[in-house]
Amino acid sequence: MTTHAARPHRVLKSLLGAWALAACSPEETAAVEEHLTDCAACAEEALRLRDAVSLLHHEESLDLDPGLRSRVLAHCLGRRPAKIPVPGWAAPYEAETARLDTLLRDIGDADWRAPVRLLWFDGRAPAEREVSVAAVVTHLTAVDAVVAGHLGLPPAVPSDDDPAGAHTAWRDQSRALIRGASFAEAATAERTVKYGRFSLPLPDAFLDRAFECWVHAEDVADAVAYPYTPPTPTHLHRMIDLAARMLPRAIAGRRRAGLAPPAHALSASDAPGRALHLEIEGSGGGHWYISLDSPAAKAAPGTEVAHVALDGLEFCRLAAGRMPPQEAAAGQDGDREAVRDVLFATASLSRM
Amino acid sequence: MTHDAPPRWDRRMQQRLAHGEAAALGELYDRFASLVHGLAHRVLDDEEAADRVTRDVFGYVWEHPDAYDPREGPLRSWIADVTHRQAVARLRRAESDGEADPEEIDERVRTASAAARADYIVTSMPASLREALDLAYSRRLDYRRAAAGLGVTEDEARRRLRLGLQLLSTAHQGPRRPVGGGPR
Repeated sequence: MTTHAARPHRVLKSLLGAWALAACSPEETAAVEEHLTDCAACAEEALRLRDAVSLLHHEESLDLDPGLRSRVLAHCLGRRPAKIPVPGWAAPYEAETARLDTLLRDIGDADWRAPVRLLWFDGRAPAEREVSVAAVVTHLTAVDAVVAGHLGLPPAVPSDDDPAGAHTAWRDQSRALIRGASFAEAATAERTVKYGRFSLPLPDAFLDRAFECWVHAEDVADAVAYPYTPPTPTHLHRMIDLAARMLPRAIAGRRRAGLAPPAHALSASDAPGRALHLEIEGSGGGHWYISLDSPAAKAAPGTEVAHVALDGLEFCRLAAGRMPPQEAAAGQDGDREAVRDVLFATASLSRM
Repeated sequence: MTHDAPPRWDRRMQQRLAHGEAAALGELYDRFASLVHGLAHRVLDDEEAADRVTRDVFGYVWEHPDAYDPREGPLRSWIADVTHRQAVARLRRAESDGEADPEEIDERVRTASAAARADYIVTSMPASLREALDLAYSRRLDYRRAAAGLGVTEDEARRRLRLGLQLLSTAHQGPRRPVGGGPR
C-alpha cells in the first residue's frame, strides 16, 4: 500500500484544477494520476480541465492602435451622421482625454505613486516640482472643473489618496464636459471662461484643456516609461493656433510685469503695428503673424520686423514650459529683441 | 474596472445611441474596444482583420442601437456576440477563398470560437478566480505559492483553480446562450 492511498477521493478531486495547471507537488501529482486510473468521474473531469488549460493563453500586449479610435468613430458617423455631434472645438479635448484614459487604465497600482516631474517657466526662469501621477490627474480635474462650472455642471470632487477614485473623478468629469459641449447652445459657446489671470472663450478653453491634457499625459507617460505620441496634425495645428493667438496678450502682460522692454510707438487700436512672422514647421505647422506692440493691433504680412522658424512639437514644448526659451532651437532673423519677447512670452504661457 | 456596469448604464447608453449622440459613441468605444478587438484578434489572428471587425461592430451598434434588448442581458455580452459572429463570418470568407475543404474550415471556426469564448469567460469571471489562474498559469506558481500570493488558504487556492477551469471548460460547449439579431 502506498501513502497516497490515504488521501480520500474528496481531497484528490479538489486537486484536479491545480493538477491540470501543473501546480501541484510531485507527490500530489502522482497521487492524482494514480486515482484517475480507477475513478471514472475524476478522470472525466481531469480531461475536461486539461482541455480548458489549452484555451488559456499568455496575455499579449493588447494595446490598441491609438489611431483606431478616430478611424472607427469616423466610419460610424459616415454610416449614420450624429444628431447631436461633438462640436469641432471639443474634438481635440475628446481625443486627448480618451488617450490619457487609455494610459491610466493600462498602468498598474504602483505606477500611480511614480514621481512625475512637472516643469514650467515662471516668467524669468525654468521651475519644476515633483508630484505623483495621482496628483497630476487631480490637478487636471481641478482645472477642468472651472470649465465644467461654465457649462453649469457640478464640480468633480477629486482625491489623490485613492488612484481609482482620482481616475474616475477625472474621467467622469471629462465625459460630462464633452457631453455638455455637445448640448451647449450657441450663446453658451460664446461665453468666456475666466481663469485666475486670463480668460478664454469656451471653445478656446476646451482647446487649452486638450493641450494641458496632452502635456500632462506625456509627463505621466515619461514617468512610467509608456509610449505616447503627439496629437493628430489637425488637432496640433489648432493648439498651436491658440498659443499664437494668446501671444500678444502674453507679451503685454510681461511688459506690465516689467519682464520685457516697453512697446514701440504704440499703434492706434486697429492700425497695423509691428509683427513677428512665426513659421511653424512639421506636423500641425503653418504661418502666424504675432502683433508685438498691442494685442488689439492687426498683424499681417508686410509689418514683420522679425522671423522665427520652429518645429511644431518644439514650439509646443516651449509653450508647455518643457524647454527654456534660451534653448529653443529657432531659426531666427530680424529684430532680436522681438524674437526674444516672443520666445519668452511663449514659455510663459506655461503654468501650473 | 469596467466589467460590472449596472443594467442602468446599458439602458442609458442605448438611449443615447438611439438619440444619435456622438459623445455616447465615443464612450461606448472606450468601454468595449479592447474587448471587441481582443475577441476578433483571437478568432482571426490578424491585426488588420481585427481592426476591420472592430470598425464593423461599432458601425453596426451605432446604426442599430435598437437591436440590443437590455432584458436579454448585459450590453457587454451582446457586443461580444455581435463581435464573435462578425469575426467568424470573416474567417469563413477568408478560408473559403483558399484551398481548405469545408470540414477543415468548420474545424478552424470551432477552434477559433472556443478560444474567443474562453477569452470572454476569463475577462468576465470573478477577479478572485482570474487572479488565481493568472498566478498558476502565467506566473507558473504552484498552488501553495499562489495561495500565499493571494493571501488565502491552500484549500481556497485549489478551489479557485478548479472552479476557474470548470468555468473555462464551458467554452467548448458552443455559444453561451442563444443569440438573435445582429449583422450577417
